[in-house]
Amino acid sequence: MLAKLNYMELRTVNMGVISNGTTLLDAGALDSGVATGAMTLIKTLTASSSATLDFLNGASSVVFDSTYDSYVFKFIDIHPATDDTDLTFQVDVGTGTSYGQTITSTAFQVFHGEDGNSGAIAYKANRDQAQGTAFQPICQDIGNGNDESMNGELTIFSPSSGTFVKHFIGLGTNVYSGDASIQIYTAGYVNTTTALTRIRFKMDSGNIDAGTIKMYGIK
Amino acid sequence: MAIISNAVTIADAGAFSASLGSMVHIKTLTASSSATLSFVDGAASVVLDSTYPIYVFKLIGLHPASDGDLQFQCSTDSGSNYNTTMTTTYPYASHNEGDSASSLSYFSDGDQANGTSFQRIGKIGNDNDQATSGEMYLFNPSSTTFVKHFLSRVSESHPSEYIQDNHVAGYFNTTSAIDAVQFKMSSGNLDAGKIKLYGIKDS
Repeated sequence: MLAKLNYMELRTVNMGVISNGTTLLDAGALDSGVATGAMTLIKTLTASSSATLDFLNGASSVVFDSTYDSYVFKFIDIHPATDDTDLTFQVDVGTGTSYGQTITSTAFQVFHGEDGNSGAIAYKANRDQAQGTAFQPICQDIGNGNDESMNGELTIFSPSSGTFVKHFIGLGTNVYSGDASIQIYTAGYVNTTTALTRIRFKMDSGNIDAGTIKMYGIK
Repeated sequence: MAIISNAVTIADAGAFSASLGSMVHIKTLTASSSATLSFVDGAASVVLDSTYPIYVFKLIGLHPASDGDLQFQCSTDSGSNYNTTMTTTYPYASHNEGDSASSLSYFSDGDQANGTSFQRIGKIGNDNDQATSGEMYLFNPSSTTFVKHFLSRVSESHPSEYIQDNHVAGYFNTTSAIDAVQFKMSSGNLDAGKIKLYGIKDS
C-alpha cells in the first residue's frame, strides 16, 4: 500500500487549487494572478552534420508569429565542419523556401589574439548588407578545431508585424580560426512589411557539425 | 494547503515553490499618440523597486509621429521630476541602404557628463514602415548605496534610410533609489509600438 501511495497520481475534475487563500490553479490553467516566467522555450534544434537548422511557424511545435513580441535564439557551442566559416541566418515569409528577404545591416567586431596581440575594434564591411538578400553572418571565421566553437544570441522583434520592418540584434562570440577571441555585433532590419514565418541557420560553407540552437518567445 | 509531489513541495502558503521562470513580465505600455510612456513604481501595477535586482525594458516597434530621437530619463521622486544626473557613453555602428556609407563611431553629441537631460538611445524615422526596437537593462535601481547602471542596445530605422546599432550605457549618479522611468520622443508623440517591463529574479 505504501509503495502504491508513493506513485499515486491525483486526478481532480473541475477543482481549483487554493493555497493560503490564494488561487493557484483553476479551470485547467495557472491562475492569472500567478507570476510566471516571461521567457518560454519554444524549440531546441541540435545539429548533427546539419546543412541547415530551420524554425518554421506551425511545424514541429514551432511558434513564430504574433504570440510573442520578440523571439530570442541562443547558440550553444556551434561547431562547424569546415574551418574558418560563419554561422548565418535568413528569414522568409508565408511558405517561402528561398530565404532571400531584403536586409540592411551593420556589423562590427572586437578581437584579441591568444598571443596577446591584435586587440582591436573595427567595422566589418564584409559582414554587413545594404538591401542585400544574402544570409546574414552573426559571427566570423569559427575555427573547426576539436575544442573550437561559437556561442551567442539573436533577437528578432515583432516578426509578425504587417506594418513595420523587422529589426534584429545579434551577438556572436567564437574562437577565431587563427586562435583568437572574436565578437561580432550585428544589427539591422528585414526590409519588408510582410510577416516573417520562418528562419534558417546555416554555415556559409559546409555543415553545422554540432551544437544547439534554442528558440525562446518573450511574452 | 500545500501541494507535495514525490516529496517535493510544489506550492505552499499561497505561492508556488517550484520555479516558474526567472524573467517576469511586469507591465506593457502601448503607444497611441503618446507624449510619454512612464513606468512608476507602485502605480498601475508597476514594480520598480527591490523586488528584482535587474529590470529589462523591451522596446517593440516604436513608431513616432515625427522624425526624432527616442529618449529616456529616470526619477527618484515617483515621477514628479525626470532629471536624474547621469554620465553616459554612446558608441554605434551604422550602414545605409545605398551602401555608400558605413561607420563604427562614437557619438559625442549623444552622451552626457553628469547631465540631467533625457538620454537619447536611438533616432527614428516616421515613414510608414519605419520603427525602432531594442532593449535596456537597469541594474539594482533601488540601491541607496551605489550609482545605478544601465545598458541599452537599440536597432533604429534612421530617417535617412539606414540602420544604426546604438549601444548606449552609463550610470545615474545618485544614491537615491530610482522609482520611475519615462520614455518619449525629442519632439512629437510616439504613435505606435510597445514598451514592456520585465523583472529578473535573483532567486
